[in-house]
Amino acid sequence: MADKLRAQQQLESLQARYVGTGHADTTKFEWTSNIARDSLSSYIGHPPMLQYMSIGLGQPKEKTRIMLLERMIQPVGQPPEPQD
Amino acid sequence: MSGSTRRSGKSKTFDPANQRTNTSTKASLNEAFDKQLYDGNGVEKYVGYNTSIAANDEDLDNVGEINGRRLVPQYTASTSQLNEFAHGDTEEADILMSREEQAQIASRETDYQKRRFDRKLSPPRADPFAQNGEDEGWSYRDIMKERELEREEARVRKAIEEKEAKGGNQVLDHVPTLKDGIDGVDGVVTADGSKTPPMEQKRKRKRRWDSNSEEPADTKPEPEQKKSRSRWEGDEDVPQVEEAPVEKTPVEESPAEVSGPVRSRWDTATAPPAGAAPTPASGLQTPRPSVPMPFAFGTDISSRNAPLSDEQLDSILPSDGYKILEPPPGYEPVRKAVGVPALPVGYNGYMVPEADANSSLLGKQLPTEIPGVGDLQFFKAEDMKYFGKLVDGADENDMTVEELKERKIMRLLLKVKNGTPPMRKTALRQLTDNARQFGPAALFNQILPLLMERTLEDQERHLLVKVIDRVLYKLDDLVRPYVHKILVVIEPLLIDQDYYARVEGREIISNLSKAAGLAHMISTMRPDLDHQDEYVRNTTARAFAVVASALGVPALLPFLVAVCRSKKSWHARHTGVKIVQQIPILMGCAVLPHLKGLVEAIGGNLNDEQPKVRMVTALALAALAEAASPYGIESFDPILNPLWTGARRQRGKSLASFLKAIGYIIPLMDEEYSNYFTSQIMEIVIREFQSPDEEMKKVVLKVVSQCSITAGVTPVYLRDNVLPEFFKHFWVRRMALDKRNYRQVVDTTVDLAQKAGVAEIVGRIVNNMKDESEAYRKMTVETVDRIISTLGAHDVDERLEVQLVDGVLVAFQDQSIEDPIILDGFATVVNALGERAKPYLPQIVKIILHRLNNKSASVRQQAADLISRVTFAMSKCDEDVQLVHLAQALYEYLGEEYPEVLGSILGALRAIVTVVGLHAMQPPIKDILPRLTPILRNRHEKVQENTIDLVGRIADRGADYVNPREWMRICFELLDMLKAHKKGIRRAANNTFGYIAKAIGPQDVLATLLGNLRVQERQSRVCTAVAIGIVAETCAPFTVLPALMNEYRVPELNVQNGVLKALSFMFEYIGEMSKDYVYAVLPLLEDALMDRDQVHRQTAASAVKHLALGVVGLDCEDAMIHLLNLIFPNIFETSPHVIDRVIEAVDGIRNAVGTPMVMNYIWAGLFHPARKVRHPYWRVYNDAYVQNADSIIPAYPSFEDKVCQRHELDIFI
Repeated sequence: MADKLRAQQQLESLQARYVGTGHADTTKFEWTSNIARDSLSSYIGHPPMLQYMSIGLGQPKEKTRIMLLERMIQPVGQPPEPQD
Repeated sequence: MSGSTRRSGKSKTFDPANQRTNTSTKASLNEAFDKQLYDGNGVEKYVGYNTSIAANDEDLDNVGEINGRRLVPQYTASTSQLNEFAHGDTEEADILMSREEQAQIASRETDYQKRRFDRKLSPPRADPFAQNGEDEGWSYRDIMKERELEREEARVRKAIEEKEAKGGNQVLDHVPTLKDGIDGVDGVVTADGSKTPPMEQKRKRKRRWDSNSEEPADTKPEPEQKKSRSRWEGDEDVPQVEEAPVEKTPVEESPAEVSGPVRSRWDTATAPPAGAAPTPASGLQTPRPSVPMPFAFGTDISSRNAPLSDEQLDSILPSDGYKILEPPPGYEPVRKAVGVPALPVGYNGYMVPEADANSSLLGKQLPTEIPGVGDLQFFKAEDMKYFGKLVDGADENDMTVEELKERKIMRLLLKVKNGTPPMRKTALRQLTDNARQFGPAALFNQILPLLMERTLEDQERHLLVKVIDRVLYKLDDLVRPYVHKILVVIEPLLIDQDYYARVEGREIISNLSKAAGLAHMISTMRPDLDHQDEYVRNTTARAFAVVASALGVPALLPFLVAVCRSKKSWHARHTGVKIVQQIPILMGCAVLPHLKGLVEAIGGNLNDEQPKVRMVTALALAALAEAASPYGIESFDPILNPLWTGARRQRGKSLASFLKAIGYIIPLMDEEYSNYFTSQIMEIVIREFQSPDEEMKKVVLKVVSQCSITAGVTPVYLRDNVLPEFFKHFWVRRMALDKRNYRQVVDTTVDLAQKAGVAEIVGRIVNNMKDESEAYRKMTVETVDRIISTLGAHDVDERLEVQLVDGVLVAFQDQSIEDPIILDGFATVVNALGERAKPYLPQIVKIILHRLNNKSASVRQQAADLISRVTFAMSKCDEDVQLVHLAQALYEYLGEEYPEVLGSILGALRAIVTVVGLHAMQPPIKDILPRLTPILRNRHEKVQENTIDLVGRIADRGADYVNPREWMRICFELLDMLKAHKKGIRRAANNTFGYIAKAIGPQDVLATLLGNLRVQERQSRVCTAVAIGIVAETCAPFTVLPALMNEYRVPELNVQNGVLKALSFMFEYIGEMSKDYVYAVLPLLEDALMDRDQVHRQTAASAVKHLALGVVGLDCEDAMIHLLNLIFPNIFETSPHVIDRVIEAVDGIRNAVGTPMVMNYIWAGLFHPARKVRHPYWRVYNDAYVQNADSIIPAYPSFEDKVCQRHELDIFI
């Protein structure tokens, strides 16, 4: 009982610190959003990667950066309607 | 003491009388010798002697006194010194007090703290924020009226008292005392003992004050108040003695309050006429009369003073042969105490306020088991008062819901308070979870009276406070009507001696203020700010400070400004300033942003007409400056001028507080200002050096040390103006006798030395080291020690050097109790002098050698300790010959029987070996080590630690001085050391195994260690495994691994586990070297990971972890993936240790083979239909995410869903 409680508390503090962490009740929407956001920020965070993508897209780096940043808002579309 | 007597004293040092010897020529003082001496012939040896001495000291005291005057002047300690250990912080336990009483909180409280029992739980307050909350409970206006009434009452009391003092009560004398009161008004009251006197009291009080309150203030006093001067000495006098200037801790200020009079029952009986909180067991009474006891159980001593009733006399005296006489006409009892009028006949002290008298008999057997509660840890007599209802055997079926609820809460509370830990836990959870259903009224009406109980113990209080804390969270704003009640019971915690109680109190009040909101807190506590009782004001101020720190100072500041400028009462201003004083004490440097506001709020009060307000203002400024240091001087600008001019005008206690404030503000200033202000203030400070007041002494010492460290004060200034007076007044023997003064003087002197220089200060005090008072010598040595250890001895000239060494030697030799302070001082001086100590070393060595042979063990120990402290300085002086000489002496004393001394001797030997070197050591190492082998068996910690250190050093640096067989013998002894309790010893033993293995080759050592894996004790096996790991590290793994792996074939669980553990430690120690052994150990690990036994797999997992971390990037991925395949199914383990090791192993492998590879294992289970499967997979995922988030990015799966696809990754140039 106490162990369960402690595990729960640890998980909560972990999630407070790292948004991308999940748990047994994580939905597909949450997980895929996190994946998309993490990927986008990773592209932006590695300048050579950003450069590569910009060349491929044929636009300036800054434009690609802004584009990627904006895609972080609802990266996988609208959240599903709450059931029940 | 003069030089010549000192020299003769030195010869006393080498007196053979204090040396150990076996050839005693003295007769022993046994009984036979006594008989011979006093020629008692076996009859009665004390015949003719006075066999008793006076039991009390009076007889002795009167000797030599004529007419009460002593013929010989006598010097004795002051009463404050005599009583130093009787009260407060330094109080010592009274061995005559019973254990239960000692545990009670009330028993260790000061009289001031006990005044909490005088407070009563006020009726619930209205909550103006709630819907229709206005009409429930008392409104702010009602409370203010009530306070007004109380103040008026106190004022009238004082007026009466003054009148009586003037002898204006002749008229009243004619009124018969007994006629008023109950007999006069209500006729005879039945004396059945079922009602407690307070009820009567309350009714009477109501009659007197409620009807008369509108009358002019100087109403004619009630008749029965005559001759009651002592009882009426009221609170108005108390404030004159309150407020000791330093108010940091509650304890410090309480002694001043001790002189306050014990409150009579009149003082407390001002219970409000209606709506008061019901007593806990109020179920059978009408709510109204059941006012809580105005004084708590046991405080009321009136029953002892009450006259014996007729019934009692009848039972005491025989009935026949006696006649009851009529009192003579005109007789009036003289002794009738006025404050205790209403005792009904037959009153026998406190009774439980319950209707059925039989359950109130405390003599009855106390139940150990309460129905519906189960077995309790204990059940006290006092608990019956609160929980008696649970055993009344009433049928729960015909109870209302409210009654059931009450019983339910009662049961839970009893479980929390008296139950076993598991009971407590569940009960606490139930209380918390159902708090809102129970409602605040039902909860607090039971909890709060329990907290007011006099016999409460720490543990119970802690638990009940915890209940309040938990319940607060749940109730949130429903708690509003009860805020004041809660404050009444929690505020005393803020001035408790126990630090944790204070913290607990703060936490509750801060939670309370967050739940109730600022507006409600202010309206609840406002009436208490000018309460007539100083105790209430003090605790309220502290509580307010907590509220300020919880809700933010800016929110409270406007209110504080208003209170501090209150025109109506100086009490309010005083309390307001006190709140400001408490805020920095509570918040520390967090006050900085609000400093300006706080200083401005109280600035005006520096010129208050009330001296007390001025004093507390200065103290508040001191607290603010202390918290703000070293910033914030600009906030203090407006008050600098009033503070300085004020300091010149004040005297006595308030001067002390002003000086304190200045002392704290000066360090904040910049250079030129601080210089100017210091020179200004120093005049006053130096003048006050001679003040006899302890408080003032403390303050001036503090101010001096603070001023001396500021940049603006020059050494020349200190030398010319401050030092002469300082040493004259503070470096006197008397100072060394009082612990607090001692500390302060030493601190201040050290601070002065930082500025004035070592030579200046040490030169002044060096001769005190030869003083005849031991405490004074000690104080000097400590000061010299602290000065020289921080500043060095570079500017000590030759003459001072001689004085210093001479003084230290004298202080060292003349100790009556061996004191570490003197030892430290000696060592510091010798080490600081370094090479200059050479001329004195022969003398020092001589003294040490002599003391090493002293009869007293502690002298020998200290001498040995001194050796280990000065070896470094001695070798610097090229005195290796002397060191060897000492070593030889120490070698002789290795047979020492006292373990403490033996430990010190070994430590000294080690220190000598360290500086002299093993080769030059005399006696040679090969002689020393065999003497150490038996000592290794000694179980004493200090001995073990020092021997193992010495042996380890020899094994490390000079193993070849000793033959291998001796080392093997030591190996066997060392195995026992692995069981030592102290970690340091075990670690040293393990390292020694490594050194020995290096010296004599691993085979023999390893055989010994592997044999030790079969023993029973776990700790021993673990340490053996560590030792094997160390041996493997020092002698290369290939020398150890074959034997180790061979040992795994022993079909014994402990041995196999030990081998795995040893592997785990080995891989941890050898790191990258493991890559050569990966494929060698793989089959072993494979087998271990597939074992049925959990612990087996757990240990193997930890070995895998260390192995994997060792081979990161070293091309062993295939082996690691193989191991991962074996490890991964174990993530479903649930035992905490096992799962932790398994997860760590997965983490290790993830580092070795890269994140994407491991993620392939994880994707499968993240969205598994079974939660039991999903759960551990997510745990592994989270760990990977936290540690290697970026390297997961390329490994994420691709989705069918359009929006989820990551097109960017498809870009290809």
